[in-house]
Amino acid sequence: MQGKCGLFFTTYAQEARIFQSGFQKACVAAFLVVLVAGPLVLDTYLTSVMNLIFIAVIGAVSLNLLTGVCGQISLGHGAFLGVGAYTAAQCTLHGVPFPLALVLGGLAAALAGMVFGLPSLRLKGIYLAIATLAAQLVLEYVFLHWEVLTGGSNGLLVEAPQVFGYAFDTDAKLYYLLLAVAAPSVLMVSNIIRTKYGRAFVAIRDFHLSAEIVGVNLFGYKLAAFGVSSFLAGVAGGLWAHYTMYVSAEQFNIGLSISYLAMIIIGGLGSVLGSVMGAVFITLLPEVLNFLAAAAGGFFPDLSTVLVGLRQGVFGLVLVLFLIFEPEGLAHRWRLVRAYWKLYPFAY
Amino acid sequence: MEYYLQLLINGLVVGGIYSLVALGFVIIYKATQVVNFAQGELVMVGAYVCFSLTVQFNIPFVWAFLLTLGFSVLLGLLVERLALRPLIGESIISVIMVTIGLSSILRSLVQVFWGTQIKVYPQVLPVEPVVIAGLPVAPVYLAAFVLSALLFGIFSLFFKYSRLGIAMRATAFDQQAAQSMGIGIRNIFAMSWCIACVVSAVGGVILGNINGINSQLGYLGLKVFPAVILGGLDSLLGAALGGLIIGVLENLCDGLAKEFLGLSGVREVAAFVVLVVILMIKPYGLFGTEEIERV
Repeated sequence: MQGKCGLFFTTYAQEARIFQSGFQKACVAAFLVVLVAGPLVLDTYLTSVMNLIFIAVIGAVSLNLLTGVCGQISLGHGAFLGVGAYTAAQCTLHGVPFPLALVLGGLAAALAGMVFGLPSLRLKGIYLAIATLAAQLVLEYVFLHWEVLTGGSNGLLVEAPQVFGYAFDTDAKLYYLLLAVAAPSVLMVSNIIRTKYGRAFVAIRDFHLSAEIVGVNLFGYKLAAFGVSSFLAGVAGGLWAHYTMYVSAEQFNIGLSISYLAMIIIGGLGSVLGSVMGAVFITLLPEVLNFLAAAAGGFFPDLSTVLVGLRQGVFGLVLVLFLIFEPEGLAHRWRLVRAYWKLYPFAY
Repeated sequence: MEYYLQLLINGLVVGGIYSLVALGFVIIYKATQVVNFAQGELVMVGAYVCFSLTVQFNIPFVWAFLLTLGFSVLLGLLVERLALRPLIGESIISVIMVTIGLSSILRSLVQVFWGTQIKVYPQVLPVEPVVIAGLPVAPVYLAAFVLSALLFGIFSLFFKYSRLGIAMRATAFDQQAAQSMGIGIRNIFAMSWCIACVVSAVGGVILGNINGINSQLGYLGLKVFPAVILGGLDSLLGAALGGLIIGVLENLCDGLAKEFLGLSGVREVAAFVVLVVILMIKPYGLFGTEEIERV
C-alpha cells in the first residue's frame, strides 16, 4: 500500500492499466474472496438475490458499453436479452451442451443487435432511441407470436444448466456458475474500453464528425458496439432463462430495457464500476421495498394491494431524483468519497 | 367492402386521438427539444381525473371536463418546474430517462389511486348511430373526430397569429435569439408543457368515452412515435397527418392480417414496422426540418 496523493504516469501503458496500485489489486482480490465465500454465509433468499444481481451486472455492463461508452442510446436491450434467452433455451432443449448454447444465444442476440443497429449509421440521438424502441416492440411481438420457437404465451420450460454432466440445480451452485460468467464479462468490457476499439467508441460518443475525420470508421465501430453489447446481453438472457428455468415474453418487455437504462444512469454512464453499482441498486430496490412493506404491513394492512403500483412509482422517483441531483451516478459519488479519504484528515 | 370502410373509419377515429397526443408531443419537442416519453401517461391522468370528477364527485360532464383542463394546466406547470427545468442543457439520454421516470411515477399514482380495473365513463352522447355515406357511425366517434379537428384548427391559428404562439415558434427556432428579443424562455417552456397536458387530457377524455379507461392506457404514448416520425418531429401539420395515417394503417393492417394470414395483434406492431422503414428512408419525416451538419 503506497501513500501516493496523486497519479503520476510516465508511460501510456501505465495510465491504461486497470489496477493503478497494489492496494487496488488487494482490494479487488479481497472482494473476490468475499464473493466466493458468499453462499457459505448467505441464506437461500439472499443467494437468489445475488444471482439476479450477477445477471443484471452482465446486462448493465454490456448496455453501458453501447450507450455510455459509444453513445448509442438503445431502448431495445431487453429484447436482445430475450433473443439470447430463447435461442439458448431452444439449443439446450435440442440437446446442445449448456456452454455452447450460451454462446449460440449470445451470437443470435449479436446478430439481432447488429440488424437493428444498422439504422445507427444514419440516425443519431433521439431518432436512434426511437428506432431501438421499435426494435424492442417488434421483437416482443415476435416472442409472443412465433409460437413454434418461443412457445407463444405459454413460454418455454428449460432444465437447470448442466456443464460436463454436473447439474447446477440449487441457488448456491448457480451462484458460482453466474459469478464465473459475470466476473469475466466485467473484465472483458473494462478491457475493451482500454483498447483501440474502446477509444474509437469514446471518440464517436464525444463527437462523431471529429471521430470520422481522424479516421474512425463510424459504421464499422457502431456496428461492433451493437454486436459486442448484444452478445453479452444474449449471454445474460441465456443465463436468466436457465436460472429461472422458464422463458416467457413478459420477462423481456420494454420495462426490462428501461430498468437496464436506469441501472447505467444511476450507476454512471461510461463507467464499468458504475454499471455494477447500478445493477446492484436497481435489483435490490424492489427487494428492499418488499421488506419495508412487510415491516410496515402491521400498521397499514392494505399496503400490499398498492405495492405493485408503488414499486413502479418509487423506481421512477429514484430515477428522476438521480438525474436531477446526481446526474453522473453512483460511480461519481464513489470517486468523491475515495478522494475525500485520500487526503483525510486534511481537506486540501 | 363495408368491412374495409369500417376499418377505415375506426382508423380515422383512433388516428384522430393519436394526432391529438402527437400534437402535445410536437409542441413540447418544438419549444424545448425534449422528447416526451410520458405523453401517454398525461393522457391517462387526464382521463382518470375527468372520470373521478364525473362519477365520484357527480359533477356535470361539461364542468368536469373544464376542471380537468384546469388540472392539466397545473400538472404541466408542476412537471416542467420540478422535473424538466433542472435538466435544461443535459444530454439527450438524461432527458429521455427523466420523462421515462415521470411516466413510471404517473402510472404508479394512477394505479394507487384508481386501481387497475377498467372504468367506464357515463354515457354523455346519444348511442343512436348517425349514418354517414351509408355506414353507421357512433356519435362519440364523430364527436372525437370533430373535436380533434377543432383543436388542430385552434392551435394552428394560435401558432400563426397570437403573440405567445409566435414567441413559442421563435424559441423553437433559436433560443438565444429569442431570449435577446425579450422572450422569457422559461415561461415558454412552462407554457408548452401546459398546452401539451391540456391537449393530452382532451385525448384522454375522448378515449374514455369510447373505450373506457384502464391503467394500461399509458402505453398509447408509444404509438405517438410512429406518428411524429412519419410527420416530422417538429411539424404540427405532420403530427396531425401522421396520427391519422398511422391510425388508418394499423387498423387496415390488422384487418388484412386477420383475414388473410390469420395473425392476431398486428395492430400493436404494424405502426412500428412502418416506423423503422420511415427511419431508414426518410428520417426527418414528411414535414420535419432536416438537420444539416457542417464541419
